[in-house]
Formats: sequence, structure tokens, C-alpha cells
Amino acid sequence: MSSSRKSTIIVEHLRKQAMWDSLAKGKRLDGRDFSEQRPLEIEIDVIKKANGSARVKLGDSEVIAGIKVETGEPFEGLENKGALIVTAEVLPTASPHAEPGPPDEEVVELARVVDRGIRESEMIDLDQLALVPGKIVYTIFVDCSVLNADGNLFDATSYAVVASLLTAKLPILEMKDDRVVDTGQTRPMPVTTVPVSITAARIGDHVLIDPTAEEEGCMDARITIDTADEGYCAIQKGHTGAFTVDQLKKAAETARIKGEEVRAKLKELAAKNG
Amino acid sequence: MTQTRNLIDANGKRTDGRGIDELREVKITVGSVKNADGSAFIEFGKNKILAAVYGPREVHPKHMAQSDRCVLRCRYHMSPFSTDTRKSPAPSRREVEISKVMRESLEPALILEDYPRAAIDVFVEVLQSDGGSRCAGITAAAVALADAGINMRDLVAACAAGKVDEKIVLDINDTEDKEGGADMPVAYMPRMEQVTLLQLDGRLTPEQFNECIDKAIGGCKMVYEIQKQALMQKYFGNETELKEEVQ
Repeated sequence: MSSSRKSTIIVEHLRKQAMWDSLAKGKRLDGRDFSEQRPLEIEIDVIKKANGSARVKLGDSEVIAGIKVETGEPFEGLENKGALIVTAEVLPTASPHAEPGPPDEEVVELARVVDRGIRESEMIDLDQLALVPGKIVYTIFVDCSVLNADGNLFDATSYAVVASLLTAKLPILEMKDDRVVDTGQTRPMPVTTVPVSITAARIGDHVLIDPTAEEEGCMDARITIDTADEGYCAIQKGHTGAFTVDQLKKAAETARIKGEEVRAKLKELAAKNG
Repeated sequence: MTQTRNLIDANGKRTDGRGIDELREVKITVGSVKNADGSAFIEFGKNKILAAVYGPREVHPKHMAQSDRCVLRCRYHMSPFSTDTRKSPAPSRREVEISKVMRESLEPALILEDYPRAAIDVFVEVLQSDGGSRCAGITAAAVALADAGINMRDLVAACAAGKVDEKIVLDINDTEDKEGGADMPVAYMPRMEQVTLLQLDGRLTPEQFNECIDKAIGGCKMVYEIQKQALMQKYFGNETELKEEVQ
């Protein structure tokens, strides 16, 4: 059952006041503009045992994604398509509030929202990933672990997934005598587009992208917007507050502009490692 | 999502005979669960959903209580027989997420500061599912909260819009959700003019995004009228008879 509770990050009243004062002057406590992202660092191929991997640092939030390719039965209703499964976990290393054990609703939401952004963008052409249509297909697991949490895990995790998929080496599998055989060769993933997630927090009347944990501790509402090419592919409003329609339309526009910057960076990364 | 057939015919009619701006039939009955402090039963197209509210009441376990406000708890659950193939009664990850977004979509409407150290529980049970069960569930839950006499800033009305055959249409049904291009559930407080739930699955251009959100909010306003009517029906429905008795 979903329950409202005290935020895990409690920001002191004086600090909150300082944040509000600063936002009223158009600046954030770390000096950023409202539509400025923290420095984004992406390192790929960090796990040699995985078929693809990426470590993303977005400010002090740090996420690692690893791809494992297996074979399995297709999903019901999608018999001729490969399966792509994105999971996310917040490791107990990530913050004093993170605990081991089954995922709580925030982590379930994180995993589902990141998965939805990738899935709905149709980033990977799953039609190319059926071995025996209706029976055996490629099953691609993208498992993400948050190593250190400092806000905006949605975007950091999404970038890690996209970067690892863009640079992954898909093993070429073949059917021999009804058995799956690894040919030992690899090829790039069949990528059709590069989805980019942009998350914004509303604090009072201000909407700011890429919130830190401290800003999330003060936020009234959150919105995560995924863009692919020129349009939108997934959205999730989160947290207990609301938005006006105007704020949402503006946030959507910002997500498109900022998304383009991140997309260029991801594409450059893919080109370098292609 | 790949589309295999036309979902809008040459006359602009959809698979269930509706036009693109038409809502499915919505019927709300207030107070259908006798034991609950507030309740509502909604039929939204083929959706049959029961919402029951208990509270404000004591919080268990006690450490969950908050000294300055009320704890809102929400459960969205689908009955095993509500779907085409049996759904396991254990809560799925989808239900965990919907419970969360449902709570977050209702919370802005509630004045939780009025009930410190207490809890309000909202149970939403999907008895028969069609497309848009989260929107129907939120709509019913808001009415049940009002029926329970909880202090509220506004009702929360929810409705989806989406893309079918490259057209933006109101209130996506099951077939359109599975075979169509995009689904955008929205919850809205019409008096406060605030959006409390927004999700999107599927591709939309920026122009389609703006059209879709405006259309969904238009739908929420239609649902709002039905919610108000249902509440009026329960509380003032027999007004004329009462007046006669007094005379």
C-alpha cells in the first residue's frame, strides 16, 4: 500500500529558507540556472563481463548499468520481438537512507519510469531480435545500480541505460539442431533513436531541471519527460504536489531543448565507440 | 506499439462507436459500501471499480503517524477475475506504481493538516478492467473522499487522451490503449486549475502533446460534472421529497 511519509531527506528550515531566497533571485544554491544541468560524465565499457556497460555521474549522483544478453521465450502478444527488460536498484551504498531488501515504491517507480522511456521510444528495433519467431528470442537485460544518490536518479539511470545500449556488443547467436549456439561474433545493437530523459522539480513557483537531493527534499512536485527525435515518448509526474498546465507545457519545451544537448553528447559517445 | 488495423473508420467513428471527442458512459454511485466512511462505485466504459475510504482514524503501526498532518494511504488493486487472463492477486509492480501515482494525484486536493496524527485509507478495487482504470479509480476515490466528509480543496477528476490513427482522441479504451499510438492519463483539479497526475506512454510531436493535454483536461472537466452530480444525488437527491414532508 502506498503511504505518504516524511521525506527521507530532511532539509533544515534555515537551509530551506536560504534556498527559497536564492530561487527568488533566479539562482540555485549551487549557483546553477533553473535550466542548467549538473556536469554529466559518462564512462563506457566499465564492466568487461557485461555485453555493454556504462557508469554515469550526474553531479554527485552515480549510476552503473550493465547489459546481459540471454535467450528466452517472447512476451505474450509480442511473439516476433526480442525482449528488453530494464531494472533499477538503489544500492545500500547510495545514501544513509537506502536499505537492502525488496524495493520500496520509489525504487519500483524509478525502474518502471526508466524502462518506459526506453520502451516507448522504440530505441531498440526488437523485430531484429527474434531467433525463432514465436519461440526463442533475444532477451536483453539492462540492470542498473545506483551507487551514490544525490537527486535526479531518473535521468542519471536513463542515461546509463542509453549509453550502455548504444555501445553494447550484441553476441550473434544462431540456431543449430534446435539449440542456440554463440558464434563468438558480435554486432552493435539495432538502435533506431536515442531517447533522453529530463526531470524537473517544482519548488514554489519555480521549475528547475536536474534537482539535487537537497532540492528534492524541498520540492512540491516532479516531472520526468522523455524525448525521442523531435517529439515526446514518455512522461511521469511524481511527488505529492501539482502543476499548472502552463508549467507543464514550459517544462515539456525545456525537456526538448535540453534533451537535444544530452542527445548530442550520447551520439558522440556512440560514434567514438562504434 | 505497432498498429495493425484502422481504429477510426471513414466516418470518424472509433471501435466502440464513439466520436474522437466523446467520453465513454460514466456512472457513479455514491455510498455503495455500507461499512466505509465514504465510498463510490464507478462504471467508466467497461471498468467497474469500487473505492472505499476509511478515516481519519488511528494510525497503525503508530510510528507511521505524523504530528503535523494526516497520513494518506492508498491501494490500487485488480481482482484476479478483472482481466482477460487471470491476474495473480499478489500486488504487481504496476499496481505498486499506480498506488503511488494515485496517492500523489489525490494528496494535493486534501487538507491533511486538519487531521494530525491520523490516517486516511483509500482502497480502490478494480472488479472489471477496461482501458483507463487508473483514471476511473482516481475519479471514484475523490468522490469517496468527499463522501467521507474529508476536508478538500477540490475534487480530482481524471481522464485520458491519446493518439489513435495519428488523431488525438479523448478517453482511450482498452483496444486503443493496446493497439493505438499513445496514452496520456491526466488528473486535474478543475477549480484549482492544477494537474495532479500526468503520464505518457507513446510518441507525440510537440503539437500533439499540447493538443493531447488540453483534450485530456477537457475530459476531466466533463468527468468533474458527473462527480458533482453523483454527490448531489446522494446528499440532495431527495430534496424535493424532503421539502414536501416539511410542508
